[in-house]
Amino acid sequence: MARKLTFLQAVNEALLQEMRRDPTVVVFGEDVVGGSGAGGEMDAWGGPMGATKGIHAEFPDRILDAPISESAFIGAAVGSAASGLRPVAELMFVDFMGVCFDQIFNQAAKLRYMFGGKARVPLVIRTTFGAGIRAAAQHSECLYPLFTHIPGLKVVIPSNPYDAKGLLVRAIRDDDPVIFFENKVLYAMEGDVPEDLYTIPFGEANVVRDGDDATVVALGRMVPMAEQAAEALAAEGIECEIVDPRTTSPLDEETIYESVERTGRLVVVDESNPRCSIASDVCALVAQNCFSDLRAAPRTVTAPHTPVPFSPVLEDAYVPSAERIADAVRAVVGAGAPA
Amino acid sequence: VIAKLGMPKWGLNMREGALVAWLVEEGAELALGDEVAEVETEKINGVVESPGAGVLRRRVAQVGDVLPVGGLLGVLADPGVPDAEIDAFVAEFQATFVPEAEEEEAGPATETVTAGGRTTRYLRRGEGGQAVVLLHGFGGDLETWLFNQEALAGPGRSVYALDLPGHGGSSKDVGSGSLAELAAAIAGALDALGLDRVHLVGHSLGGAVAAELALGRPQRTASLALIASAGLGSEINGEYLHGFVEAESRRELKPVLELLFADPDVVTRDFVEDVLRTKRLDGVTEALQAIADSCFPEGTQAFALAERLAGIEVPVLVIWGADDRIVPPTHARAVAAGARVEVVGGAGHMPQMEAAHEVNRLLGEFLGAHGA
Repeated sequence: MARKLTFLQAVNEALLQEMRRDPTVVVFGEDVVGGSGAGGEMDAWGGPMGATKGIHAEFPDRILDAPISESAFIGAAVGSAASGLRPVAELMFVDFMGVCFDQIFNQAAKLRYMFGGKARVPLVIRTTFGAGIRAAAQHSECLYPLFTHIPGLKVVIPSNPYDAKGLLVRAIRDDDPVIFFENKVLYAMEGDVPEDLYTIPFGEANVVRDGDDATVVALGRMVPMAEQAAEALAAEGIECEIVDPRTTSPLDEETIYESVERTGRLVVVDESNPRCSIASDVCALVAQNCFSDLRAAPRTVTAPHTPVPFSPVLEDAYVPSAERIADAVRAVVGAGAPA
Repeated sequence: VIAKLGMPKWGLNMREGALVAWLVEEGAELALGDEVAEVETEKINGVVESPGAGVLRRRVAQVGDVLPVGGLLGVLADPGVPDAEIDAFVAEFQATFVPEAEEEEAGPATETVTAGGRTTRYLRRGEGGQAVVLLHGFGGDLETWLFNQEALAGPGRSVYALDLPGHGGSSKDVGSGSLAELAAAIAGALDALGLDRVHLVGHSLGGAVAAELALGRPQRTASLALIASAGLGSEINGEYLHGFVEAESRRELKPVLELLFADPDVVTRDFVEDVLRTKRLDGVTEALQAIADSCFPEGTQAFALAERLAGIEVPVLVIWGADDRIVPPTHARAVAAGARVEVVGGAGHMPQMEAAHEVNRLLGEFLGAHGA
C-alpha cells in the first residue's frame, strides 16, 4: 500500500535521507536546530515550521543554527558550496531574501560562469512563499519570478508531497544553485510518497489532468486550485488540461506548446503579482511560438499589483480562487457564466 | 441462487472504476468467464467477466457510473428466481454495502522475502495446493498480472507474483544483469519461500528467467508457460529497449509504452506516470541498463533457450500476441514439438493484459491439466 506523508514530512524525509546518503550535505538556517517552543536540544522543533525536525539529533555536527543575518548565513552557504559541501540553507520567508541578493544574484548564480566552469555551487536555498496564513505583506509574497529572471539559478515550485521529495532530492544533488519554494498552505497536504529515494528531473512538467478544451498552466498551490476549477468546469462540459511546470527555470516549454497546439486556449494561474510574472512570461512564450494555434487571447489569473493585505477578508480576495480560474477558462472557450 | 456482479479490483491501488459499456443485454445467459461489461480505471481499461453461470437479471449500474471496488454492477440468477427476490437482493446490497475504507483499501498487501542479502517483493493470492509463480518482463513489476493473478488463484492453488531483481519493490542491485544472475536470484527467493515444486509462468524477460530456472531444475518445475517470451530467437525491438531505459519524461515514455500494445489507447496518463515513478527511484535506471546490456546487447538477444528447451521433460505452453512489436510472434514456433503454442489475436506484447480473458483461460486449462 502506498504510504501517505504530508508535504512538510516529505521535505523532512528528503533532507534526512540525503544527509544519510551523502556526508557533504549540511543544513544552515535560523532556528533550524531548536526554535520556538523547543524543550531542549533533544526535543528540537526544527525550524519555524518543523521541516528540519530530527536532523540535530542524528547529525549534530552538520546542522548550523544561524544568527538573524540572512546575508551572513546565505553568504556562508554560497562559500561552503563553492568549496566542497552541499549546503541546504533555510531562509524562513522569501520576503527576507532581499538582504542577501548580492550573495545569490552576484555570487552563487555567476561563479560557475565567471570561472569558466571550474567552480561549482551545489547550493539549495529552501524558502516559504505565498499568502493565506494571515502573515501580512512582509511574510506572504511569491517572489519566484525574481529568481527565474536570473541566469545561473534554478527555481523549483512543488505542488504536492510526491513532487516535494523528488524535486528536493534532485535539488540537493544538482551542481548549481537551486531556489526551492515551499508554499506554507500546502505543508499540511497529504499524498503518496515512496519511502525509497527518487528524483524528479528539472524541466519536466507534470500533466495533472487531460483535457481538450483549454490549457491551464498552474504552479504550487494554484495546481490544486486549478483542479477544483476543472472539476466544476467538467460538469459544464468544459475539459481543462492542467500543466504544472514544477520548475520555472528550466521551464518545460514543449509540454505547454504541445497542449496549446491541441486546445488552442491558454489560462495561466500564478499566485504572484501580475507584472513580469510567470503568467506574463508563459503568455509571451505561447504568443511567440504558438500564435497560429491560438483560438482566443490567453488569459492570466494572478494576485493584483499590490502588497498582500493583512485583513483576512482582503487576503482571501487577493489570492486567485477556483472561481476566478473557472471564469477565465469560460472566457477563453467562449462560454458564458453558468445559469 | 443469486450472485453479485461486482466492480473488480485490478492491481494494488484501484479504488473505483467507471462503467464504460455493457457488453450483454439484460436477460442474457452467461457462462463462467463470459465478458459482461467494460470498465475504465485510472490506470487501465478492462473487461469484467461473469463470476459464474446464470442469467444477467439486472444491469444495476448505468454507463458512466463510477463505483467503488466491490460495488454492484449487476445481478446474476437462475431464470426461475422471482423478480421480487432480485429486487430485494439489490435493495439489501445497496443498504448494507460499505466500500473498503481508505486505510484498508489496499486489499492484498505485498510482502518481501530475503535470500542471499537480496530482497524480493511478492504478492500471494490463493491458499494451499500447488504453487504458481508469475515473472514479469523487462521494466515491469508484479502489477503486470493485475488481470490474471486473482483469476488464476483459488482454493487449492497459490499464485505468487514476484518482482525481478532491479524491478518494482525488489533490491535494485542486479550484479552483471545476466540471465543466470536473475534466475539465481529468483531461485533463492523461491527456496526462501519454501516452494519446492512450482508452475512457472513468465512474460518476456520473465519468460527467459522462467525457462532458465526450469532448465536448471526440471525436477522442481511442474510446468512452464512462456508468454511473448525472450530467449526463443535473436530478434528483439532494440529501439523499444533503448527508449524505455532512456525516457525521463512522459513525452518520451508514452510513445515507447504504446509499442507494447496492439491498441495504443490502453496506455493512459496514469499508466505512464506509474512507470515513470518506478523509473525515478534511485538505482532503477542503472539496473535496467545493466540488464539490457547483458541480456539484449545491440538490440539482439544474448541467449538461445529454444534448443535447450527441446529436450526438457516439463510440459510447456507458449502464448503470443499476434501483433507483438517487441518480440516477433514467429518465435512462438521455435520451441520444439511437444509444446502447445497459442497465438492470440488483437493483442501485442502484453496479451495477459490486452487479451486477459483468453490468456487466463489458456493458463487455467494448462495448469489444471498438469495438476494445479
